[in-house]
This record gives sequence, structure tokens and C-alpha cells, in this order.
Amino acid sequence: MAVRILTRLVLPEIKGAAFASSAAAPATLSDFDVQHKTPVIRKQKLIPKAQYGGRHAVTMLPGGGIGPECMGYVRDIFKYIGAPVDFEVVDIDPNVDNDDDVQYAITTIKRNGVGLKGNIETKSEAAYVTSRNVALRNELDMYAYVLNCKSSGNIETKSEAAYVTSRNVALRNELDMYAYVLNCKSFPGVSTRHKDIDITIIRQNTEGEYAMLEHESVRGVIESMKVVTASNSERVARFAFEFAKKNGKKKVTTVHKANIMKLSDGLFLETSRRLAKEYPEIEHNDMIIDNCCMQLVAKPHQFDVMLMTNLYGSIVSNVVCGLLGGAGLLSGRNYGDHYAVFEPGTRNTGTAIAGKNVANPIAMINASIDMLEHLGHHYHAELLRRAVHRTVNEDRVLTPDCGGTASSTDVVNSIIGNIGHVGH
Amino acid sequence: MSLISRNVFRALVQGSQHVGKGVHTTAVNKDKNVCFAQHTISTLQTKEGRIKCTLIPGDGVGPEMVYSVQEVFKAANIPVDFESFFFSEVNPTLSAPLEDVVNSIAKNKICIKGILATPDFSHTGELQTLNMKLRNALDLYANVVHVKSLPNVKCRHHDVDCIIIREQTEGEYSALEHESVPGVVECLKIITAAKSERIAKFAFDYAVKMGRKKVTAVHKANIMKLGDGLFLRSCEEMAKLYPRIQFEKMIVDNCTMQMVSNPNQFDVMVTPNLYGNIVDNLASGLVGGAGVVAGASYSAECAVFEQGARHIFSGAVGKNIANPTAMLLCSANLLAHVNLHSYSKMIKNAVNKVLADGKVRTKDLGGQSTTKDFTYAVIHSLV
Repeated sequence: MAVRILTRLVLPEIKGAAFASSAAAPATLSDFDVQHKTPVIRKQKLIPKAQYGGRHAVTMLPGGGIGPECMGYVRDIFKYIGAPVDFEVVDIDPNVDNDDDVQYAITTIKRNGVGLKGNIETKSEAAYVTSRNVALRNELDMYAYVLNCKSSGNIETKSEAAYVTSRNVALRNELDMYAYVLNCKSFPGVSTRHKDIDITIIRQNTEGEYAMLEHESVRGVIESMKVVTASNSERVARFAFEFAKKNGKKKVTTVHKANIMKLSDGLFLETSRRLAKEYPEIEHNDMIIDNCCMQLVAKPHQFDVMLMTNLYGSIVSNVVCGLLGGAGLLSGRNYGDHYAVFEPGTRNTGTAIAGKNVANPIAMINASIDMLEHLGHHYHAELLRRAVHRTVNEDRVLTPDCGGTASSTDVVNSIIGNIGHVGH
Repeated sequence: MSLISRNVFRALVQGSQHVGKGVHTTAVNKDKNVCFAQHTISTLQTKEGRIKCTLIPGDGVGPEMVYSVQEVFKAANIPVDFESFFFSEVNPTLSAPLEDVVNSIAKNKICIKGILATPDFSHTGELQTLNMKLRNALDLYANVVHVKSLPNVKCRHHDVDCIIIREQTEGEYSALEHESVPGVVECLKIITAAKSERIAKFAFDYAVKMGRKKVTAVHKANIMKLGDGLFLRSCEEMAKLYPRIQFEKMIVDNCTMQMVSNPNQFDVMVTPNLYGNIVDNLASGLVGGAGVVAGASYSAECAVFEQGARHIFSGAVGKNIANPTAMLLCSANLLAHVNLHSYSKMIKNAVNKVLADGKVRTKDLGGQSTTKDFTYAVIHSLV
């Protein structure tokens, strides 16, 4: 019965996706259009799309750290190339305790359908929690001790915040953005150990270890629940295979730890194996996470599309980002059925280098290119992509994190200069 | 009639070429500096050469207004090329086919349009007017009229600044009328949830984009409980998504009264079709009449820029007395829409300067100057 309901719910969605990818479909149907055609699975109402006279309204969440300055660069560039996008900027004050701003940001993404975001700080709870942490622990036997799961090991964001979920995680969960896609393609202009890497990481984005269900059942014993559901595993697996099919990828690798977590990761693995049978043209194999990390740094070229659960995705994407030259280059995409949010690939706020004009703006610019592509503005996306390619790979105007000496503004100016060249 | 209008049109087109050249040579020195400055800012020009825009001169004084716009564009060296179509309901023999015009607009995404005359009795017995056909073909569902007091235009009210957003593809304009029994005519007003939500969302998004604070839904749900009730409910539903914008509702009769007595209370207004039409015209009258208010119609894909209050002013055809301000402001809005903000500001500032100086005014604003005088004054104020 459950299966029948599930197939009924999921099948139309696949039809929608297949419609977009098939050659018969009109070329003008952008991902943005498809997103508005996808039938509603959760109980929610479809909102009319925010596209007026060819211009899109897009939510911009600058976030903390280097976010605001990078967003400034993106806006400069968009103004310069005349991209038909109107940004609705929502600032989230990290020093406010309540979640009004975050809720508002979620609402704006709901009505615009698309967002571009930096990393949002969840700073206020840091002070709030560290002072009260001990007291709380002693007071209560059983309470929700929620880890603020940060994907990256950056020091400036603290990792403990009771009762309060990370704002980034809240955003993803609330918008049900179950798939995270990170395109990892080598930049020839950035010198790294391995050349010509081209891996796509697809990560389950809403459950697994990030379910944020932790409690102290007995004093000194903390249980953390990792939740894997068949429906979400199937959704993300199908997303991965559809993605591979649409983009002409050959192989999907499922990364797991099913030898230890036989039930949870086992379910994830089984689901992806089952779906692989529906896509006979795409090769499917699986790999255990520890081996996978070793293989990645030793022989990264064997990977094509990688599919994994939440925490492994976080680790692997940071490993690959490191392989390709640091946090400042790659851009990630969060997809739900009805919403899409674009952000820099590694989720660091970079507070330490904020305002010093050394932050690498390429990641945010790449995210904005993804966004233009998603909205169907292929011309502007291509223009910008070529300009970035020229700046990074030919002119080699790079910030210090990639081994260059240029400042952020130098990079942006170089890109703006190159737009004129590639335009002709 | 058709002969005359054809000749007038041809003369205008030829005239525009001649005079356009003359204007260009005289203004060229003045504008060179301007355009050098522009190059660094706007790059659409360097990027893909020039922008194409569909142009529908329309009926009545439309061609004269459009010609004024073209002259200003030439003088300012604005990188926009016009694809002109003679499109008219009163001259069906000369009119370009609807498909051609629609295809052109769908391709160019932008259009500037004069007013199309609508005869009281159709030639073919159709209920749909050409305007409606064009809107339906392109799904131009949202009409936006920004009513703003202009400098030095004497009116009863000062500092009026409201945006009226009108649904224009359904409601009373559905063109569904029939005589069920002789002497009894039924006219259907269609309100759908999908289109009501769409226009409500448009209004709120427009308010967000323009940094406005309040959206007022205009309705008559106390009488038309189901039809207007649905519209009102849809607006309320959408308002929940915009917690930072105030939402209020007002019955249309009260609204018109408030508009003439205290127009400053309004910010953004969202209305169904017919009420929108009435409120548009009323509000235009508050700030100086049909000749000074610009409007625009939007679909998801394209935008058509036209005057806010649609009157053909047939009494002034060929007399060179109509006010081109509305059309010039339309063209400025068009330029802003395609990211040519510097050019847009240039035209807007020039128009405001001419109006503020008050030396050159057309008849409707109490002056004696001609359309051409006004156009030249604007050209000379381009900075």
C-alpha cells in the first residue's frame, strides 16, 4: 500500500523531470519552469511564479562573514551584464535570538522559488549556550541537546547550541530541499595535485545525521539518532540517476557505511541499487565511505556522480573542494521539488577574512551562474561562465587562497573586463 | 478615413526619418559626451549590439507620441531598434496581422505601444477587442500604472504617489455576453482563483521590489460575494506570505471617493479588471490627465509599455498639440526594464526638468506649446 502511494506520488514528478530532459520538449522550458510544474507532494499550495516581463525576483541572503561583500560583487556583475534578475535582499541579524528573520527568509524563498545565499551565522546561541550549557545539563535528565551541525570545520562558528537548530539546516528542512548538488570540476588555472577532475556529488540534504534528534537518556549517555527513510532515499537516488541521465554521466557511485550501519545505510544502499535497475544505461557501484575518502585523494578520476547520505556528503564535498583548490571556487545547489537555493560549495562564513578584500568571490559568482542557468537565462550564464573561465584559467587572476596575489576586487574587475571580450 | 490615416501615418514615418536626421546632427555634439559616459556603465550595447523593441504606434495621436519618443531616442543615441507594426482595430485593412505582432513581441520581450481605438460596435460582430486579443495572446495579465505628481503640474492634490495594479485578462473583460431572451442580455464576469492569486502575488512582489509598505485590495465583495469574494480571499491568502507589507481592503465606491479626497493614503492598489480601469483613469486625472501618466502591462515573459490612461485623443490628430510626456516616461520605464538605467534616468530627468521649468507646456497643462516644441525641449535638456 505504502509503495503504491509512493509510486503514485513520485511518478508524476519523474514524468515532469523526464519531460524536461527529453529532446521533444521545447528548449525554452527552463529548470525554473519545471520547478513550477512539479506536482505537489507535501500538503502545500503552489504559489504563482515570480517572473514578470521576463525578469525574475530572487531572494538574496547575504548571510555573515564574507557573504555581504561577495553578494555585492554578484550584484555589480549582474548590473553590468544586464541580467534580468531583481534581488530581494533579506539580512539575517546573527545577534538576534529569535528566528523571525530566518522565518521571513524562508517565506521569501517560498514565494520567489529561488534563492542565492551565503552562509548564515548562528552566532547568538554561542554565547547564550556556553553560559547556560552546564547549568542546563545538570538541571535536566533528559533534554534535547541539539548539536548545531556545521558542515565545515571552520573555527569561528561554534558547534553547540541547545534547542536552536542551525539556521542553514532549518532553511533546508523547512523548504524540503532534499538534494544537494556540488559540481566539482578542475580549474586548469589553479595548480593542484590532480588535474581534470570532474565529479558531481549528490547528497541527501534533510535527514540522516542532520535529523537533529539527540538526547541524554541517562546522565553521561547521549544518543544521537540518524534517520534514514525509504521515501527520501528514493527521492534523492532518483534525483541522482535523473541527473546522470540528463547530463550524460556514465556512472553513479553510492557512498555508504552499510557494513556497520546495516539498517540505516543499508536501506539507503538498497534503495539506490533498486533504482539503478531502472536506469540500465547508467553504471552503478557502491563504496564504503572510508575507502571512498582514500580513493578520492589517491585516484579521483574513477568517480563520476557520487550519491550519499547527509554527513558523508558533507565530508566528501569538503575533501573534493580541497582537492580542487580550496573553499573559494565551487558552488553548490540545493534542490527541493519546488524550491532551489544556490550557495558557495563549502559552507564557511569566512568571518576571519571579512572586509579584508582577500575573500575569493569565485564561489559566489559560480553560484550565481548556476542560478541564471536554473532560471533559464542561458545567454547571461554562458557569458559570465566564459568570463570567469578566462579570468581564472587564462589570465590567472587569483586570490591568495588559490595561490594568487590579487584582491577580491581585482578578480571582479578582471571578470567584468573579460565580459566585454567574450561578448564579441 | 482609412486613406487619410494611411497618408498621415506615411507622412509621419517619412517625416520622422527626415527630422530625425536633422535632430541627430544638431544634437550630436551635445550628446557625444553623454554617450561616452554611458558606455562605461551600460554594457548591453557592447554585449549584444543593440536591443530590439516592438513598436505599435496605435490610433489617434499615438503615432505623434511614438515619433516624439523615437526622436528623443535618436538624439540620445540610445541603442534600441524599433520593429514597427501598424496595428489598429478601426483600420482593419491596414492593420498588421495579430500573429505577426504577437510573434514580434514574444521574440523581443519588450514593446512600446500607443493607444488602440476601440469602436463601440465591432465590424465583425466579435465581442473581443483587438486590445483584449493582444493581451490574451501574450497573457499580459498585469497592468501597472504608477500615478505620481509631476513637478510644476498644477493639480488639486500634491505628492500623489500610488501604484495601481490591475488584472486585465478576465473579470468583466471576458467578452462573454449573450441575449438569452430578447431584451435580456447577460454579461459574464469571470473570476478565477489562479488568476486572482497571480495578480495578488504580482502586486505584493511589485511592492517588495519598489520598497512599498502597503497593498490595498479594491473590491466589491459586499455585493458580488462570490466573484469579488474569491478575488479578495486570494489576496488575503497571498498577503500571508508577505508579513512585512501591510495589507488592507477597500470597497471600490469608497475607494474612488477616498482617491479624490485623500489620495496620499494609497500606496499599492490591486484591483480586478473593470475597477482597475476606472481607478486608473481617476488617478490619472488627479495628476494631470492622460497625457502625463505612464503604464505598463506584464506577462511572465514580456512587458508592453503603454500610457496609463488609454485615450486616443482623436480630436488632436495632426494638430501637434498632444502631450508626449506619458509616452516619454513609458520609454524611460522600458529602458529601466532592460537594464539601461542611465539612459532611463537621462530621459526622466530631462522630462522633469522641462516640466519644472514650465516654459514649454502643451495645452493640457495650460501652455501653448506644440508636441514638437516639447520634444525638442526634452532633447535639449538631455544631460
